[in-house]
Amino acid sequence: MNNLGAKTRQRLLSAMALVGFFLLWEIGCLVSGVSDLILPRPSQVAVVLWQKMPLLWPHAVQTLSTTLAGFSLGVMIGIVIGVTIGSSKTAYDVAYPLLVGFSSIPKVAVVPIFVVWFGAGTVPAVLTSMVISIFPVVVNVATGLATTEPELEDVLKVLGAKKRDILWNVSLPRALPYLFASLKIAITLAFVGTVLSETVAANKGIGNVMMIASGNFDVPLVFAGLVILAVMGVMLYAVSSFIESRMTGWAQRGNEVVMA
Amino acid sequence: MYGGNTLALDQTSMRIAQGDFVSLVGPSGCGKSTILKLVAGLLKPSSGAVLVGQREVGSPGSRASDTTGSGAGRDPLRVGLAFQNPTMLPWLTIRENVMIPLKIVEPFRRDYARKKKGEFADRAEALLAQVGLKGFGDKRPWQLSGGMLQRASLCRALVHEPQLLLLDEPFGALDQFTREELWAIMQELWIAKRPTVLLVTHDLRESAYLANRICVMSARPGRILEDRVVPFERPRTLEMSYSPEFATLVQKLRMRIAHARTPEEIQP
Repeated sequence: MNNLGAKTRQRLLSAMALVGFFLLWEIGCLVSGVSDLILPRPSQVAVVLWQKMPLLWPHAVQTLSTTLAGFSLGVMIGIVIGVTIGSSKTAYDVAYPLLVGFSSIPKVAVVPIFVVWFGAGTVPAVLTSMVISIFPVVVNVATGLATTEPELEDVLKVLGAKKRDILWNVSLPRALPYLFASLKIAITLAFVGTVLSETVAANKGIGNVMMIASGNFDVPLVFAGLVILAVMGVMLYAVSSFIESRMTGWAQRGNEVVMA
Repeated sequence: MYGGNTLALDQTSMRIAQGDFVSLVGPSGCGKSTILKLVAGLLKPSSGAVLVGQREVGSPGSRASDTTGSGAGRDPLRVGLAFQNPTMLPWLTIRENVMIPLKIVEPFRRDYARKKKGEFADRAEALLAQVGLKGFGDKRPWQLSGGMLQRASLCRALVHEPQLLLLDEPFGALDQFTREELWAIMQELWIAKRPTVLLVTHDLRESAYLANRICVMSARPGRILEDRVVPFERPRTLEMSYSPEFATLVQKLRMRIAHARTPEEIQP
């Protein structure tokens, strides 16, 4: 009962912090009299958001679907690469420098290349968010596989299990918490990728709307775009987080597992 | 640990008859566990060979899960192994952990999808009940104590009715009461199913209680110094393990091991 009370209190405090943040922003703008061309008040942003919703909605859907497409592709490719290099020491050593180099490239720099290859629009946005979400998944899955305790594998090895059996029954379940940790990172990064590409070369999407709005000095609309991105990002994070707690409940009790 | 150039075993040769219960004792680091790992196929010998059921360990078809085994007349032996640590997979329930061998080893493997909810689950439950874990099948490993996990680990080693059972100090990390209780259970299971057992331990009472034959090993590089038959009749009881004959046997073994250590450690 006490525990529940602590949890509600924590939620209440988070909500208060959120409301307090916007309140402080509103009051700060009013007191300092800063122009809404520089920093619009939250109430102005809310009004714009409400009025322009019919206009913004298709763009939000575009950005969301682009992000999800890129994210799903990135995760699938990331899992395949991660499993490949995680289950073989040689592959790990060979491929790792390549991956690090690949991931060090600023993703803004690849957008123009994708545009040259596929033309402006949805395809480069999907590809950018895909490219950006691959790396965390690869690293985490590979680490999860590579750090599997040999004793756990021995359990199956003495039974004469094939490599594939060990992968399915020990290594992959063992790597699952690592995968989900990376999904939470990848989903937020995927948004970055999409918006990045949309601002550079697209005629749809929230990134594109914000680009045009800032060109017209419609700063409240730019902020409305930011709010939409934040809300979508939080929602997808929450979804990954929920799936994670459902799938890998055993790993949340890490300490006790070691104790036993 | 066993890599590099350390010679773990030297000129070791032993034979175990089918259905026998052999215990391997010796000072720590003498290569007892190495022998077990060689038999289990977890290590490859740098020279020499290990034969289990007339097949060389590690060769194709030497394990019951190999369906492609070149038919040499006999079916390959089913092997069960219990480690010193329970090594339960934390994402599975206790029952699912016990059922792992049924998922891997033929002939159970081909029926696994069909029987995992019925016959195989019942078989796991029956074994768990036998070691005193009735009703714990749905628990997760972290919800059980070390002793309970070790019992479950024994069940996992036995569930596929192995013809060869390898025990690597499975009772080593337990308190004395739990350990002695598990000795009795182990003996019961052995009398009922008669698998061939190779038990590695450094508990002399344990090996005298459980084994038909005790092999004493020397310090590194390990060699077998003595091969002794345990004469006590079965089923052995806890009272017997406090009898004078029993104490004499344990003492003799103890002295043999003390002797085995001298050249290396107590030289002037």
